[in-house]
Parts: sequence; structure tokens; C-alpha cells
Amino acid sequence: MKVVARFEVPYYQYLDENSQLTEKLPTFAKDADSLAAMYRLMTLVRLFDTKAIALQRTGKLGTYPSIRGQEAVFVGVGHAMHKEDIFVPYYRDVGVVIQRGVNLSDILLYWGGDERGNCYANNKQDFPYSVPVGSQPLHASGAAVALKYHKKKAAVLTICGDGATSQGDFYEAMNVAGVWKLPVVFVVCNNQWAISVSRGAQTAAQTLAQKAIAAGIPGEQVDGNDIIAVHHRVEMALKKAREQHEPVLLEMLCYRQSDHTTADDARRYEPPKIREQEWKKEPIMRLRRYLEQIGVWSEDQEQALLAECEHNINQTVEDYLHTPPQPAESMFDYLYATLPKAYQEQRELVKKIGVVHHG
Amino acid sequence: MAEITLVEAITQALAYEMQADPNVIVLGEDVGKDGGVFRATLGLLDKFGPDRVRDTPLAESMIGGLAVGMAVQGLKPVAEFQFMGFIYPAVDQIINHAARMRNRTRGRLSCPVVFRTPYGAGIHAPEHHSESTEAIFAHTPGLRVVIPSSPRRAYGLLLAAIRDPDPVIFLEPSRLYRWAKQEVPDDGKALPLDTCFTLRVGTDVTLVTWGAMVKETLEAASKLAEEGVNAEVIDVATIKPLDMDTILASVEKTGRCVIVHEAPRTCGMGAEIAAEVSEKALLSLQAPVKRVTGYDTVVPYARLEKSYIPSVERIREVVHLIMEFA
Ligand SMILES: Cc1ncc(C[n+]2csc(CCOP(=O)(O)OP(=O)(O)O)c2C)c(N)n1
Ligand SMILES: [Mg+2]
Repeated sequence: MKVVARFEVPYYQYLDENSQLTEKLPTFAKDADSLAAMYRLMTLVRLFDTKAIALQRTGKLGTYPSIRGQEAVFVGVGHAMHKEDIFVPYYRDVGVVIQRGVNLSDILLYWGGDERGNCYANNKQDFPYSVPVGSQPLHASGAAVALKYHKKKAAVLTICGDGATSQGDFYEAMNVAGVWKLPVVFVVCNNQWAISVSRGAQTAAQTLAQKAIAAGIPGEQVDGNDIIAVHHRVEMALKKAREQHEPVLLEMLCYRQSDHTTADDARRYEPPKIREQEWKKEPIMRLRRYLEQIGVWSEDQEQALLAECEHNINQTVEDYLHTPPQPAESMFDYLYATLPKAYQEQRELVKKIGVVHHG
Repeated sequence: MAEITLVEAITQALAYEMQADPNVIVLGEDVGKDGGVFRATLGLLDKFGPDRVRDTPLAESMIGGLAVGMAVQGLKPVAEFQFMGFIYPAVDQIINHAARMRNRTRGRLSCPVVFRTPYGAGIHAPEHHSESTEAIFAHTPGLRVVIPSSPRRAYGLLLAAIRDPDPVIFLEPSRLYRWAKQEVPDDGKALPLDTCFTLRVGTDVTLVTWGAMVKETLEAASKLAEEGVNAEVIDVATIKPLDMDTILASVEKTGRCVIVHEAPRTCGMGAEIAAEVSEKALLSLQAPVKRVTGYDTVVPYARLEKSYIPSVERIREVVHLIMEFA
């Protein structure tokens, strides 16, 4: 017997759960303003998330997937991306999209059941949320073909969950990215659950990162509760994708501190106490303590930030609640560039009946 | 001018549009060096290079999803599936994404992609090489489903499909790939989508068909003419969205309608056309609307496939039946 190949999966962490540095800081993280900016965004996202759940509970929003506990993954990714890059989300990506020219009120509009939430007033290229689990990494590879063909110095980044890595499409996307050398970064938000199915029940693979190896691309694990690690690894991966057309898979380890969505009840399957244990690793307090240690964050700043976020979110909710529904016939108006004649009759009928309200 | 086959007309249209528009990219299994298993992409690799004619890894869902991503970001992918029986892994990408990207984003993004595939029975191939499941796609809002039935229509309709700003399923009747030859000027002129083509003018009965069945239907019409029945033959060509205006105008004139398709009968496009005719032309009808279709069973292997495909004989019989209806 001889060994024909060996593979490794590295793990990255800079700030441990006690907010202590475990490695020399990457260059970007020496800029305290940059860290504080991400801290602010994570705080905003957490408060927004809490508000969204409250809106759903009072019948003012549809089903909503909480990002609680996973803020560092999304905020870190969004912060490391360049404007010209292309983002291909799944559905839990609030922390990214608010950094991509999407208004918070559009996110509420989307979860409130209005397609205009995908209009993205200030972003022409990013993809909308993708609900069929694991289908969108392929769009990322396709978008990367377009970027490369048009010789643009930009990359595509896509996120999916741990459950999505069981889909064939996930592998197919990495495989073609590897063999065609596409400028794309695959991120897995491993929040340990796919609704009720645990990470351990999803696959016998020791890491999700190693799934990249079969596709001929590197895979890394990153402490997804450490936003410094998230930002740094994403930044490096995007640079490699943009400049060398080398795709990478980043598995972000975190924990879903919530039900799967507001339609779920995790008490049915989540062992007791795990959440409390995992909460000790939670990303926002971890960064706050670090910022306090290096003297760039104070209780006064915290209070001011909370007040500012609350104000923004309240304004956002007002905007959302005061957005009237689209005209009923709009359900036909974006099916094709020009509505074929065969649809006119149905469109007229819908228009005549008008918007039918719930209840 | 030399006459060419339907499959050569496909190649000619692809080459024309790739020359005219650098964003047109051909991708699929074996489309490069091999020129596709039916040779529909023959010579394109040499002419346009591997960036524009891409042999993909063997994964249909990937072909579908990749094409979606490419199309959304400004390319015009023309993706080939080797046979319609292998398109199903990509149906998720086609129905859930390609067909909806424009609607989902209220027009911010669009998905101008062409999914080409050979379809239909009659080429003596193994299982899964004979399907006619066009109704699945015709049922899907946001798609166009276009089916040529002659070299000229293959050329003109494929050009139109590539230039169309929305996703098109382009189904090529494999039985007709090398059946008849025509002169096809390489003038870059597209034919209109969403429009039927009236192939034969008649007064007694309207025969509505598409794809490979155009062949049997035209033969039946010739025989019927000898037997004193003057049939009008309509090639629907774009089965989604349906051009009912042409069909209704014809039925109002002839008073009789027979729909001929190779796909299974239940929930086939014939059912849709028959329903529309009965809703909108009832008072013009002198006989019940009839369908001559493939059977509600799996397309048999080669030895029995001729028994499955609607024959000239079956079409004739049904027409005579309704001519005698009183
Ligand atoms: C193809 C598909 N199958 C099933 C579902 C229903 N579903 C929605 S989310 C989900 C779990 C996804 O888990 P994961 O990929 O880990 O992402 P997470 O929601 O945990 O972030 C399932 C099964 C779906 N949306 N799409
Ligand atoms: Mg998960």
C-alpha cells in the first residue's frame, strides 16, 4: 500500500470565547474602527431580528428565519465583500444584504410577502433570496463564469446552510468551480441544525469543509462566532478568487440561537441546555469585551448605539407597515419582458377583482 | 444554395448568433470536441473557442443552475441537455429559478437562457431517449416552449429564442433531425415566437400539431385530400404561450378540430387546446374536438415505438369519424 494523496482541513480562530487573542491579529483587525463598525452592524442585526420576530408574533409579518447567534457569519461576510462582487444569498442573510444597498424595510417587505423586497433599490447585480435549499451555489458558479468571461476583477460569494451541503447541487457547484477555475467563494453557515436534523445526522463527514476536497478545491473551518476570523478568511478567499480564480469553501461554525423559523418549535428536538452552553461563545459579547479591553468601546457608546438602532428600526417598521400592497394584476407584470397575449384575459380578470385581503 | 437538415439548421443558427453576439455561450455535455451527440454544435468549438463552447461536467442540474447564474449576469447561455429524458435533474433550476427570476425581483434581474434538448420517439434508442414531456414546461408560468418542425423553422425560431429576453425551452424533434432537407438562407432573420404557422390551408377540418407529428399530420392531410377532405394544418411551434387566435380563426372557418401530439394524452397540450376551443368556438363546431395522441404509458422500447407514435392511419380515421358526425 502507498498513500496517493493527503488532505488537511485548517481551522481559524483569532478571538476565543473569552475574548482573548489566540493568534496574531490579521492586518485589517488592527483597525479598531473597522471592528467597531462590524460591532455596530451585529448589534443592529440582533435588534432587527428581535423586532422581526415580534412583528411575526403579532401578525404583522409572515414566517421569518432568525439570525440570532449567527450574526458574525453574515456581518463578517458582508463587510469583507467589495461593492462590485456579486452576492448569492439563501434566506438567512440579513447581515450581508444590509451592507449591499438593501434597505431594512425591503427585508421586512420580503418576509411580509411582497416581491418588491427583492427589488434592491441600490444594488443591480446581487441575487434575491433562494428558498430551494442548496440550489443557489450553482447560480454563484454561473455568475462567476460571467465575471471571468467579461474579465472583471470581482468575485462571487454564496452562502448556504449545513443542511444544504447534503444536496447534489452543492457539490456540483464546487466541482465546476474547481475544474473551470471560477472566481467564487462558497460559505456554509453551519448553525448545527437543518430544521430538526442535527449536523451529526446530516452527514458522516467529519467536517463540512472537507466536502470541498472531493471537488478539488480547498476547504477551511472558521470559528463563525469570531467575526475577526470570519472577516479575515472571507477577505483572503475573495482576494484569491478575484486575482487567481481559485475557489474556496469556508465552513463557519456557529449555533442557531433560535427556532429554525417562527413557524418552528425547537423544543421538539433540541436537547436542553445546549443553547445556554453555546451562548457562552456568542459573537456579539465576544467582540464587545474585546473592544472594551482595547479601550475603543464604552457603556455610553453602547447606550447611544442601542438608541440609534432602535430609532432606525422603528422608522423601518413604519415604512414597512405603510407600504400598500402591489396592484393585484402585478402578479402578471414581471413574468415576461412583455406579457404574451395569451395572459391578457387572466390579467384583466385579476385587475377587475382587485386585491383580495386576508381575513 | 445547398439544402440542409434540421440539425444543420440548428448549428447554422448557433454559429450565426455566436458571431453576432459575443455574450452567446454554448454549454452542455459533449458539445465541444464531439459537437454534441447529434452533432448540433459541430464545428463551433473550432470557430469560437473553449470559452464559448463549453464541455460541462456531467451533471444536468449543474447545467441548469450554471446557465441561470450566467444569464442573470449578462451572458446568453444556450445550454444543451443530451436528451429530454435527462432534463429532470435540472427541472428544479428551470421551474424554480429560470422561470421566476424576473418575477421574483420585479424585473430587476432576468434570465435570458435557452435550454435546448432533442425530444420525442422514433430513433430506436434505449429507454429515456424518447420522451415528449413538453407539457411539464408549458404548464410553467414564465417559460416559453418552442418546437421547430422544419430546417427553416429550426433556424428562425432558434435565433428568436436566443434573442428573447426570457427563458426558452427549445425542443428539437430528434426524429426530424435528418429527415428532410431545405434551403435555409443564413441571413440571421428570426421567425416570430408565440405564433402558429399555418402549413396547409383547408376548409373542412383543422389539424393542430407540432414537432415531429407535423410529418404524419401533413401526410395524413395529403391522403385526406385524395379522399375528398380538405384539411388545414397548423404547426403551433410555440406551445407556451399558446397562439389561440390562429387556431380559433381556423376552427371558426372549418368547424372541426383535431389535435395531434406524440406526448401522452392525459394533461397533454391537446387537452388545453381542446378546452380553449370548446370555451371559445363552441358555436362554430360541427363535431366534437378530437385528440390523436401518444398513449398514457411509458414510451415503449424500439420494437414497439412505432405502435406508440400516432400514425397517419390513426389521424385519417379520426378525421373521417368527425366528418361523418351529424
Ligand atoms: C429543496 C428544499 N427542500 C426542503 C426545504 C424546506 N427547508 C427549508 S429550510 C430547511 C433546512 C435548511 O437547513 P440548513 O441548510 O442547515 O440552513 P439553515 O436554515 O439552518 O440556515 C428545509 C429542510 C427547502 N426550502 N428546499
Ligand atoms: Mg443549518
